[in-house]
Amino acid sequence: MKSAVITFPGSNCDRDMHVALNKFGFKNQMVWHNDNELPKSDLVVLPGGFSYGDYLRCGSMASKSKIMQSVINFAKSGGLVMGICNGFQILVESGLVPGVLLRNKYLEFICKNVFVKIDSKDNPYFKNLDKEVFELHIAHNEGNYFCTNDQLKEIQDNNQVAIYYCNDNGKTEEKFNPNGSLNNIAGIFNKEKNVLGMMPHPERMIDESLSGEDGSIFFKNLLNNIK
Amino acid sequence: MEVNEQIAIDHGLKKEEYKKICDLLKRIPNLTELGIFSAMWNEHCSYKSSRLHLKKLPTSGKKVIQGPGENAGVIDIEDGDAIVFKIESHNHPSFIEPYQGAATGVGGIMRDVFTMGARPIANLNSIHFGSSQHKKTKNLLRGVVHGIGGYGNCMGVPTIAGQTSFDNSYNGNILVNAMTLGLVKKNKIFYSKAAGLNKPVIYVGSKTGRDGIHGASMASASFDEKIEEKKPTVQVGDPFTEKLLLEACLELMAGDSIIAIQDMGAAGLTSSSIEMASKGNLGIELNLNKVPCRESKMTPYEIMLSESQERMLIVLENGKEDLAKKIFDKWDLDFAVIGKTTNTKNIELYYDKKQVASIPINTLVENSPMYDRKWKKTKLPKKNLIKKEEFKKFKIKEVLNKILSNPNVCSKEWIWQQYDHTVMGDTIQKPGGDSGVVRVHGTNKAVAATVDSSAIYCWAHPLTGGKQVVCESWRNLISVGATPIAITNCLNFGSPEKEENMGEFVECVQGIGEACEYLKFPVVSGNVSFYNQTKEIGIKPTPSIGGVGLIKDYKQMITMDFKEINNLVLIIGKTEGHLDQSLFARNILNEKNGPPPEINLFNEKNNGETILQLIKSNLVRSAHDVSIGGIITAVSKMCIKGNKGIEFNKPKYFISEIEYLFCEDQGRYVIEIDPKNLKKVISILNKNSVHFDELGKIIDKNMIINQKTKVTIDELKSYNTNWLSNYMN
Repeated sequence: MKSAVITFPGSNCDRDMHVALNKFGFKNQMVWHNDNELPKSDLVVLPGGFSYGDYLRCGSMASKSKIMQSVINFAKSGGLVMGICNGFQILVESGLVPGVLLRNKYLEFICKNVFVKIDSKDNPYFKNLDKEVFELHIAHNEGNYFCTNDQLKEIQDNNQVAIYYCNDNGKTEEKFNPNGSLNNIAGIFNKEKNVLGMMPHPERMIDESLSGEDGSIFFKNLLNNIK
Repeated sequence: MEVNEQIAIDHGLKKEEYKKICDLLKRIPNLTELGIFSAMWNEHCSYKSSRLHLKKLPTSGKKVIQGPGENAGVIDIEDGDAIVFKIESHNHPSFIEPYQGAATGVGGIMRDVFTMGARPIANLNSIHFGSSQHKKTKNLLRGVVHGIGGYGNCMGVPTIAGQTSFDNSYNGNILVNAMTLGLVKKNKIFYSKAAGLNKPVIYVGSKTGRDGIHGASMASASFDEKIEEKKPTVQVGDPFTEKLLLEACLELMAGDSIIAIQDMGAAGLTSSSIEMASKGNLGIELNLNKVPCRESKMTPYEIMLSESQERMLIVLENGKEDLAKKIFDKWDLDFAVIGKTTNTKNIELYYDKKQVASIPINTLVENSPMYDRKWKKTKLPKKNLIKKEEFKKFKIKEVLNKILSNPNVCSKEWIWQQYDHTVMGDTIQKPGGDSGVVRVHGTNKAVAATVDSSAIYCWAHPLTGGKQVVCESWRNLISVGATPIAITNCLNFGSPEKEENMGEFVECVQGIGEACEYLKFPVVSGNVSFYNQTKEIGIKPTPSIGGVGLIKDYKQMITMDFKEINNLVLIIGKTEGHLDQSLFARNILNEKNGPPPEINLFNEKNNGETILQLIKSNLVRSAHDVSIGGIITAVSKMCIKGNKGIEFNKPKYFISEIEYLFCEDQGRYVIEIDPKNLKKVISILNKNSVHFDELGKIIDKNMIINQKTKVTIDELKSYNTNWLSNYMN
């Protein structure tokens, strides 16, 4: 399976994502933001970082990068596009997923492990997973998801919420919400569920010596789903 | 403007220094030249008060590839890999403008590391604030933490360890020391020594602005009531540009175009161009009209003295300009050929086709002033006669609560959660342990790093304090299973013009030197920060030591959390009950006199090496060194992290229980072992003549100290974890 990770100026989780994808059997290629065309891929990843220094708004300038037109076309044709952290912010800014990401409620960068609950497995990312609650890692300053009431209704009606912040038992209460996001939302899909944006970094949880191994489960399953 | 003595004094130069400049030049310098001299001759750049003493530090060893004198030190970690590292202060700017001051401190030290061709793989910091009651402390702490995070997080380099302390003596002078480690192949290290004539001199990175002019001079003076006026001397950082600069430089370094490279740090274009030429014994000629400027009509004086961030100066091989330009264009960075190397041994500056400065380089470097300042020796204070009858009135549980929630002991999670400590995917020991540990990407090796200081001990007796802080660093590396290799030091002191402060400096350096020599733990880089004082009041002497060690198989790394119920807990090293200058004496008894705990370098080395031997034989499950707060504080942290309790053995005390639990005797470690390995462990300890006691046994959920004193793990956690977040929110 082929994947592509886009490097924007200021991306800093691009290498980590590259390492993770290769580790679990993808043939990954790095793609420069100023390129016109995506290489042939089964999965495109917008990695974490501070594209364009987070200037203007996080993800906003990257969403206008040259390569993004091909990414948008790829997504519209049903290709799998995943945005992690800053990648999620870029997806939001490019309109591929609904809503916005505001500054964290307590106005501070947060780096820690969190638990997230998978809402629906009716999608290519989570299909066939045999558990609902995952321990993943977050590291962000602007992960406070927000959208209008109408958007929220639509998102919920379409089962577009990918993951919610929760505790180790899967309870999605406000006190388990690290950044103030609406309804504890940690990640969402587009309507067709081929585009996933989420704040947590599965690529940082791929080794028992690191923060944990739930990222490994995610990537292995993703590869099998795409095959 | 005609230069005269008063203008020189306004530039921070002394009368006699100005006279020396005129003598060396055999004429009166013009203003640009005077500015260059003031930048090169200030304390920050010239080390004029410290050089004489720093020479005494041990700086070489089998693993040292590069000692002090380059942008950073370099050590060998085998298999062709090397670690480049250094610590640097950004104290004065951080007090004036905490966010930018701290941010640019982090940016500056990372530049020092990647200038040498190394990709930064870990950041650390040592930050010190005034009393928690002081009105400025909270805002300064918040600003500094945001600044460190703002820069390091954006760069995508994990911040893996640090140290935070609070003390009255920092009320008017906080300390912000930033350290970076980078990874490089041994045969791809870049140096700042220029070579060859007529080689193009290239300027890359951000444009030059009017920010930070005289930053280095500001850092070489004491603060007074006019401090707010100094805000414009603080540089403004842009981590995004630095990230691009890092990637562009590493891309260029992959080829063979670079002869020498130097970042523009303190004293900007002045010191970078002069250092490269000086090391190569060459001259350098710069056309200042070619320097990319952010603002119009900048004068040669301003261009030379600006400390705008994220800039590099490179001496290229002839004919490589186009190739280099292509790389910097790709990363949207400025690139300009601004001059060339010459054989004149002068720095010659041109602006609007006129020569605006011409100075022999040796007058700026070799002939810079060096002082043998007067200094006063600190006598070892008399041992305090603390009345032991008084101990009876203390309830251990109440004292433990006060100690664990003390600002200098409590958990600093509120701080390090704001630093990205997991990016790059190799952090295997996060902040909060004895050392931070990162894997060497793609290998089985890992590098451990720690930063430490003990200002109280250094203040009580600088010679002992200097030794202690090196030993503390050594112990923190050993505790995670790393073999200590070398240190970097950041020496924060008051005014060298005061005999007491100079004495503290001289004796701390002597102590550091003795310990480094004995432990074979050389100093490979560092920085001196004097004038950390407001009016007449200096800070407590605060040398920060950044230690680095290697773990050959990262799976053998040790953490401090208790692992398993029924395992045995040993205390290694002798407990003799030294309470003077301990947290207990100072904060519970309110007794500030007496000597710090003694350092026995033989025991220190022997105990440490024995612990490493035990770890390498897979006999240690968890380990933690004993530092401030004594045995009970060390054990409490192991309980909290492992979510397990301990039942202390009934001790054979020759000293009181309070002394046993809270004293700060040095060279000690707490280790957890499997009971079935007890014999093996004892035989190794005995063979090496290492003193130990069986401290207790790991149990579930409670710390049972004696029949009357029981503390639950939840209580320990609440003592230790809440103070800082409550204080900040």
